[in-house]
Amino acid sequence: MGNRKLNAVTMKSKLQGYFPLFVLPTLAAFTISFLIPFAMGIYLSFCKFTTVKNARWTGLENYRRIFSDSNFINALWFTVKFTIVSVITVNILAFLLALVLTRGLRGTNVFRTIFFMPNLIGGIVLGYIWSLIINGVLGFFGTDITYKAEYGFWGLVILTNWQLIGYMMVIYIAGLQNIPRDITEAAEIDGASKRQIIGRITIPMVMPSVTICTFLTLTNSFKLFDQNLALTAGAPGRETAMLALDIYNTFYGRPGWQGAGQAKAVIFFLIAAAIAFIQLRITEGKEEV
Amino acid sequence: MKSVKKIISCIAAASLMTSLTACGKKNTETADQGQAEQNSQAAAKNVTVRFLNFKPEAAAVYEEIAKAYKDETGNTLIVETAANNTYEQTLSAKMSTHEAPVIFQINGPRGYANWRDYCLDLTDSDIYNHLIDKTAAISANGLVYGIPYAVEGYGIIYNDEITQRYFALENRATDFVSMDEVDSFDELKALVEDMQANKDALGIKGVFASTSLKSGDDWRWTTHLANIPIEREFTENNTDLTGEGVKKLNFGYSENYRNIFDLYLNNSTVDRKMLGSKITDESMAEFALGDCAMVQNGSWAWSQISSVQGNTVSEENIKMMPIYMGLEGEENQGLCIGTENYLCINSAAKPEEQQAAKDFLFWLYSSETGKEMVVKKLGFIAPFDTFTDSEKPADPLSREVLRWMDKENVRTIPWSFTVFPSQTFKNDFGAALLQYAQGSRDWDYVAEQVRSSWETESSML
Repeated sequence: MGNRKLNAVTMKSKLQGYFPLFVLPTLAAFTISFLIPFAMGIYLSFCKFTTVKNARWTGLENYRRIFSDSNFINALWFTVKFTIVSVITVNILAFLLALVLTRGLRGTNVFRTIFFMPNLIGGIVLGYIWSLIINGVLGFFGTDITYKAEYGFWGLVILTNWQLIGYMMVIYIAGLQNIPRDITEAAEIDGASKRQIIGRITIPMVMPSVTICTFLTLTNSFKLFDQNLALTAGAPGRETAMLALDIYNTFYGRPGWQGAGQAKAVIFFLIAAAIAFIQLRITEGKEEV
Repeated sequence: MKSVKKIISCIAAASLMTSLTACGKKNTETADQGQAEQNSQAAAKNVTVRFLNFKPEAAAVYEEIAKAYKDETGNTLIVETAANNTYEQTLSAKMSTHEAPVIFQINGPRGYANWRDYCLDLTDSDIYNHLIDKTAAISANGLVYGIPYAVEGYGIIYNDEITQRYFALENRATDFVSMDEVDSFDELKALVEDMQANKDALGIKGVFASTSLKSGDDWRWTTHLANIPIEREFTENNTDLTGEGVKKLNFGYSENYRNIFDLYLNNSTVDRKMLGSKITDESMAEFALGDCAMVQNGSWAWSQISSVQGNTVSEENIKMMPIYMGLEGEENQGLCIGTENYLCINSAAKPEEQQAAKDFLFWLYSSETGKEMVVKKLGFIAPFDTFTDSEKPADPLSREVLRWMDKENVRTIPWSFTVFPSQTFKNDFGAALLQYAQGSRDWDYVAEQVRSSWETESSML
């Protein structure tokens, strides 16, 4: 008994000895590629600069500049609307697909692969592909995607759905396959309808997947950049520019405004972090069933 | 024992870390090694010069130049090229690294405002001393910071084969027999509209190539075309382009701009509602394939036209004419000729690198090999007195620019768009033009947008 305890202690201290070996490389990589740039980014948002080396402290000037034009607020609204719509559509469609593709139909694997595929294509390429498709369709009506902000909005929603559904579907499939068969069987024997099984058993059981999927779609939609740039680039005017694109335009749009772009990026980070935090709190609370 | 293990694990961790950081530094190290080897091989003054090239179409030529420079002088030139439309981004990123470019380019006074901390005074450099028109350089407080290196011109490029076909038509409404007779907007309009009416007989889809208005591809209208009415306004008001006067714009000749812009839109290969996704490359391809007779662009476009597959435009048929828009005295108007690109040397580089950069630039624009590269490969009309009259580029569009420059009694329009306030102004302008083309906004909106955006953007600098 005493011997065993001693063994456990030496084991523990042995492992503790390896602590730096396992942690330091990751910590170093994290510091170099995330913490330092992040801290510099915050510092630069208070500076006037051309490159990161010639920054001059200007205090809150950049933050004042953000609100001197309405672009930021417009972009924020557009982004919020877009995020709400795409989070809902992506998750519902992905969940339905996952339900269908766990029924043991023929060719399930082929379908899974096909639905997953768009996720492997880069955002810029997707944007151009969809601008060709959408403009091809709208061309019959003598117009194109830049004509109205609504066209751009729904174009972006369709694109995001097409890209993200496959990935979310895979997560939902994993969740669905983890539901023990005996629970649903018992419910069936007790006479539960299909709708009741989905509502009372399936959905509560896949709540962890829902948490992950809403988190991923939320942050992906909120941060959308490549697709936005390639599909509409903000047209008409700036009406379909999302936050990330607005930050980019601010950074390179006027000489001397790099700091204002940086300040927008800091605010963007704060909003994104707050939303993600609140969302995690809410859905995690629902996981305890 | 325990402490020994701890030490070992620490060392292991440290070695992992160094291998990690070594990965990140690999590039610099090999570059440094390469440099060190050269230093030991050649003379002691041997320094490597980094050059960040602005023109993607000339990237391969600059590689050749680097090789020739190495063969001739033993010095190393490393050329890096920014991808299309990403020069500012690439420059901002590169400037803060250890591999910062020693030679870079700015686009006029606005570019200088952004990069002034990095621009070296070039007043005593050889290259500046050989610049023909000293006022063309970018200077501030009596010192010189940017040297123009290529004179370019733009106008309406036309395919003479198609216009000749038109002149040979039986039932046409105009009586022109040559493009030389067209020297005003009214004449151009009559010609273009009748050509458009006969487009099937001419075998074209429209007279003008599509007016590319996709965001980022609208520069032909928001800078080049806008230059003509705005330059006229500045000239009439005697505006000092370096002073406060440029902060306000009446856009008094906006109707003239509208004249030519409408002509482009209404007599084109593409319906005006469909222009929001058209890019410049498509316009140039339409021209190269013979789908249209005219396109507004400049002397740099030759390589683009000739490299299109299935190109039907032959070298002797490609011509350029001024952009007429109904301004007073336009029968004497010439092409728009100038420069928006200036060479600068990084003031943060080491003194020996700066000297090497100056040496390279002077070599490129004065030595036999360098000049040949500039004239034959880069196709630049170089603004330096080291070039003789026979050392001029031979591509058809540069020849057209030279032909118009040599004409008697023709007023060449300088490039004033380098003082346009900011990229944001140009983007707003382009967006308004697109909405006008699509019919969702009227012209008054565009003109007002130009005026107000000009003023706000100028005040934000």
